[in-house]
Formats: sequence, C-alpha cells, structure tokens
Amino acid sequence: MADVSETETINQATTERYKYGFVTDIESDTAPKGLDESTIRFISDKKEEPEWLLEWRLKAFRMWQELGEEEPSWAKVSFPKIDYQDAYYYSAPKEKPLLESLDDVDPKLLETYNKLGIPLQEQKMLAGVAVDAVFDSVSVATTFKEELSKHGVIFCPISEAVQKHPELVKKYLGSVVPTADNFYATLNSAVFTDGSFVYIPEGVRCPMELSTYFRINAAETGQFERTLIVADKGSYVSYLEGCTAPMRDEHQLHAAVVELVALDDAEIKYSTVQNWYPGDENGKGGIYNFVTKRGACRGKNSKISWTQVETGSAITWKYPSCILQGDNSVGEFYSIAITNNYQQADTGTKMIHMGKNTKSRIISKGISAGHADSTYRGLVKVMPGATGARNFTQCDSLLIGDQCGAHTVPYIEVRNKTAQVEHEATTSKISDEQLLYCRQRGLSEEDATTLIVNGFCRQVLQELPMEFAVEAQKLVGISLEGSVG
Amino acid sequence: MAPILEIKDLHATVDGKEVLKGINLAINPGEVHAVMGPNGSGKSTLSYVLAGRNGYEVTKGSILYKGADLTAMEPEIRAREGIFLAFQYPVEIPGVAGTTFLKTAYNAVRKHRGEKELDAMQFLKLVREKQAELDMTDDMVRRPVNVGFSGGEKKRYEMLQMAMLEPALAILDETDSGLDIDALKTVADGINRLRAPDRAMLMITHYQRLLGYVVPDIVHVLAGGKIVRSGDKSLALELEKEGYAVLGTEAA
Repeated sequence: MADVSETETINQATTERYKYGFVTDIESDTAPKGLDESTIRFISDKKEEPEWLLEWRLKAFRMWQELGEEEPSWAKVSFPKIDYQDAYYYSAPKEKPLLESLDDVDPKLLETYNKLGIPLQEQKMLAGVAVDAVFDSVSVATTFKEELSKHGVIFCPISEAVQKHPELVKKYLGSVVPTADNFYATLNSAVFTDGSFVYIPEGVRCPMELSTYFRINAAETGQFERTLIVADKGSYVSYLEGCTAPMRDEHQLHAAVVELVALDDAEIKYSTVQNWYPGDENGKGGIYNFVTKRGACRGKNSKISWTQVETGSAITWKYPSCILQGDNSVGEFYSIAITNNYQQADTGTKMIHMGKNTKSRIISKGISAGHADSTYRGLVKVMPGATGARNFTQCDSLLIGDQCGAHTVPYIEVRNKTAQVEHEATTSKISDEQLLYCRQRGLSEEDATTLIVNGFCRQVLQELPMEFAVEAQKLVGISLEGSVG
Repeated sequence: MAPILEIKDLHATVDGKEVLKGINLAINPGEVHAVMGPNGSGKSTLSYVLAGRNGYEVTKGSILYKGADLTAMEPEIRAREGIFLAFQYPVEIPGVAGTTFLKTAYNAVRKHRGEKELDAMQFLKLVREKQAELDMTDDMVRRPVNVGFSGGEKKRYEMLQMAMLEPALAILDETDSGLDIDALKTVADGINRLRAPDRAMLMITHYQRLLGYVVPDIVHVLAGGKIVRSGDKSLALELEKEGYAVLGTEAA
C-alpha cells in the first residue's frame, strides 16, 4: 500500500468519471507473489480446508499447468499477455474477525461500504436483504442469518460451507462447471478464495432477495470468487450480485466461477450489475472480467434465469449459460452490455437443450460508444433427445458515435427435427431526430442519450428486482458519460 | 410592449442551401400568429431554426427572444427558457414511457426556472388534469413515447407536453396535419386554453382549417423563403379561396 497517496491523487482527478474508485487502507495478509503448488497449499491452509478440497485444488492446478497458459483465443477481445506469476493469489483483511454483528466490523470497511452507497446497517433495517459482503477475499459480515435459518436456507461464505456442510459442497462443487471446463475455470478451481454458498431446501421459497457485493481492493490481487447455489426440489431463490472496484492503473484479473443447480420444479433467478473499473478514457487500466457462469436445470420443470447489466471492466468475457436437462425446464438470459471508450465486451449465453419440451429465451441489448467493441456470442444447441424444444433469441445493438463496433455471432446447432429456433437481430443508432426531440423538451444531450438508452434496455431492466433496476438505470447514465457532444 | 420574438432579416441554410432569405417577424405577448405558405416555402425550416436544430445555420440577420440572442443558445436552453416546438412528425422513442419522458422534461424546465421539482404523486395528479382536457387515457400517456401512436394521438401528446411545460413561445408546426375533425377540435381546444396574455404562439400551417378553430391575430404568407404578405384572419380565408398562386406567390 506504498503508493496510496498517489492513488488517491489519481482518484481525486478521476472520481467524476468513476466515483467508486478509491482504496481502503487495511493491512492485508497476503500470499507471496506467484503461483505454484505452495500457493495452493497456502490458500487451503489459510482456510483450514479438509484434505479432499486441497486434493481437488491441486488436481485443478496440475490440469491448468498442462494447459501451458493457453488462454482461449476465439473471443473478439485483445489484451497483452497476462503474467500469472506476477500476481498475488490470496489477500485477506489481516485480523479476520468472527463477527456477531455489524458493530464488530472494522469501521474502515463500513466507511468503504458507505462510499459505495451500500450501508449494511440501513440495508439490514430497511431493505430486508441479507448481505454476505465479500471484501477482498474473505467475507466479513453476514446478516439475516437467523431469519434465513428459520426457513432452513443456508447462505454463507463458501469457505464456511466447506466446514459446516461438506456433503453439499462436495456433491455439487464442479458439477456444473467441471474443473477442466476452460482455462479460467480451471485456474479458479485451483486458487479460488471465497464466494457465496446458497442452499434452499425442498419446497422453500427464500423469504428475501440474497445479495453479495464483491470488491477488489488490495493491489495486484486477482479475484477468484466461487459461488455455488443449489435450489432443491420445488424451491425458489432470487440472488443479486453487484460489483464495484477501486481505481487501478495496472490490469487486474477477475476470473470467477458461478454454478447454479435447480432440481425438480425449482427456480433460480440470478441478477448481476457489474461495474468494475473499465479503464480510463484512453484505454489504460481496468479489470479483466473472465467469468464462467453456468446453471444446470437438472430437474423437470425447473427454471434458471440470468439477468445481467454489464457496464464495467476493460474486457468482459462472460457467457452465463443454461443446461436444460430436465423435461419442461426453462432457461432465460437477459443482458445489457454497455461499452464506452476502449472497453471490449464479448458476452452472450449458451442454451443447451437436452430434455423434452425445454424452452429458452435470450434478450440481449448491446450498446457501444466511443472506441468500444461489443460482441454478442450465443449458442443455442438442441440435442437429439430434446423433442419439442423452443428457443427465441433477440439481439439488439445500439451504436453511439461512429468509432465503435457491434458484432453478433449466433451459433445454432439443432439435432432434433421438432425444435423451433427463432433469431432476431437489429442494429440501430440514436437518431438526430430523437436527440432534437428530447433537447427541445429541455433535456441536455447527455440526459437525452441516457433516456434513450434506458428505453432501449427496458425489456431487460424490467427483469431486475426493483432496487437493482433503479441502480442499473443510474449506471447506464454514468457509463455513457463523455460519449456524446 | 417588447416583443417575445423578434426576427430581423433572417437568412438560413439547410445543408448549405439557402432556404430562408430575409424574414422579418415580430410577435408580442398574447398574440397568435399564423404562418401559411405552399410546400417548400421554408415553413418547417423556420420552426427548426427557432428550435436550434443541427444543420440549420443562420447565415445572416438576427433572432431576439425576450431581448436575448436566441442563436447563441443550445436547443435545451431555448426549451428551458420557454420555447416549445410541437413537431410536425413527433419521433418515436422506444421503451421510454410517456410519463417518464414528460416528467424528465418537466423537471428539467422547472429546475432551470428555479422552481422545485415535483415528486411522483404531485406530478401524476397534474398530468391527469391536463390529459383529461385532451381526452387522453392513462394508457395512452404511459405508452412508450409516440410508439404506435396514430396521427391524432401523436398531436395530442404534443399538446399535453405543451400544456405541462407552459411555454412563453409555442411554435406549432403543421399541428393540424393528419387529424380528423374530432381530433382537430380537441387539439384546437387545447391550444385555445393556453392562449394567455403573457404567451405568444406561432402556428405554421398549410391549410386554413385549423385557423377556423384557433383564430389568429395576424396571418403571414411565406413564399420562397420570405414573408410576402401579412394581414388579419381574413387573409387566411382569402388564401383558402384563391390559392397561393393568386396572391402572386409561387408554389414550389
């Protein structure tokens, strides 16, 4: 934390553009730089993990080594080669407290949350939202435990779940995103530090929205979150994930894995607002967001719905997907991806239809401004057994200015004659007439742009839970600052 | 009494081509002026120049609005200062609810005037009052701005915005076009309700039809980028009977 003052100066100069850019001065307990087996053992040891999990990590690490740092290259993104040895893989607030209440939380952490506009106290009292706040890699506060436990809902850091519910973790961890799935998922499996674990028992409708706030803090620490949500038969849960990150000059890697499992008649709604630091207006800095998110509709009549608002990160590489195994299961993907300045986003979804009468729906809204490049990449795959499968895909792109790009890459593979697959795509620009109309009514050009873009995104915004929708609409405006005029 | 709008020897180009060629016009508070003329005479260009549309360049002359140089103001400043243009072809804004649009505009204007922004409840109450006067339903007002609206609905939504924003100078560009007789009466009533001693209106129209319901104080004939005749309301009737050609104006 030697250059905190310098960072602060940078922050002050740039907070107009990115108001969440700041660094909290808390001592970190950090693993030595670099990545080898001893790093894995360090992490596992810090977390007092059982032997089976250490073995699981080591197996993943060896697999990753065999990949020879061959990152996937098919996405339409470009970035300098990442030196995986030049990073820290574990960092935790030094005095990890075992907290009974928020009063025990380090005041500096609370201050950080206040700057982010997410005062836990207030949330606890007003919003009725249980918050498992991830600060760097260790969860420091969990609320509403009692209310949740009354319903038998388990909502805790995954490291805690490993200790208290090993049978559940062992059964489902890696069952949706296998260790060998892809380069970043393999890396995550080896070094994941923390994340959330949710289990909703049979027949339970989770009494509140669950949410987690992720933050990257210590310098050069990649974040390897691991989230696992299991909805048992006939249960329902809505999970919200929101991210902001402090200002950074060097690139930071974020390679999370999220696994969802929905059993018979269960439903999981997973919403994300992603606002990692996107880099400055010249393309310097910013987070690399290489995330693997996948849900398995394992049971009949199950449903998984992904909604994402992606406004941040220098590079986004993310395809929240659904494997529709159970008969009559439903997968949904609603996405807004906004790229400005030199941001790159290659995002979309995969809908794999396996069960009979499975349905999927994809609504993607891509907005590009400045010199940004945005790609929708989606796969709809209908397997031979998926009789009566249906898919509807709608991809709309909106361009602001004449230096940006929008690309749509749909892959469709159908191996059952009864399947119905629809794909619609549009590309449009904000018209001069629309801008004039708004400005003639007193709106500034920026406000007019925000309004028009929010209208363009409406179909997706209305899928978000209320409090997130409001935040997301504000984000749309913030993300597009400086893109007009 | 100082005029609200004072145009002197106004020349303007669209995409480099001169369309307005020396317009002189002064409108006092409380007055309703009609500008009539054949297609291509520059009527819509005049309205866009007053609104400040990109690509519509003033090359000579001056426009004073409440004594200030209008050409120096951005379009949104003109709007906040009280200039309202009811568009001939109101544009669609998909996904933006009519009420949201109206509220954003309304509060932008109020803020500029140093007035307190209204909260959602106060605002809705006000909209309901105004929409009832224009025979508009909640559903019509809530739908995305102009999306799928009929010609009459679009014009009524323009009138609703005008009623909410209470401009000092309203410019109505072919507000009568595309309206059946019932809608025309509703819209005309809306305009008449807004006639006020401190408000001026400029009605741009091809036909005399609307002027039967909204009786202007002064009628101007625009042809070839210039005002070639001005007179009272009888001039409009004369035009209707005789056509533009008889008045020595050239149809485009």
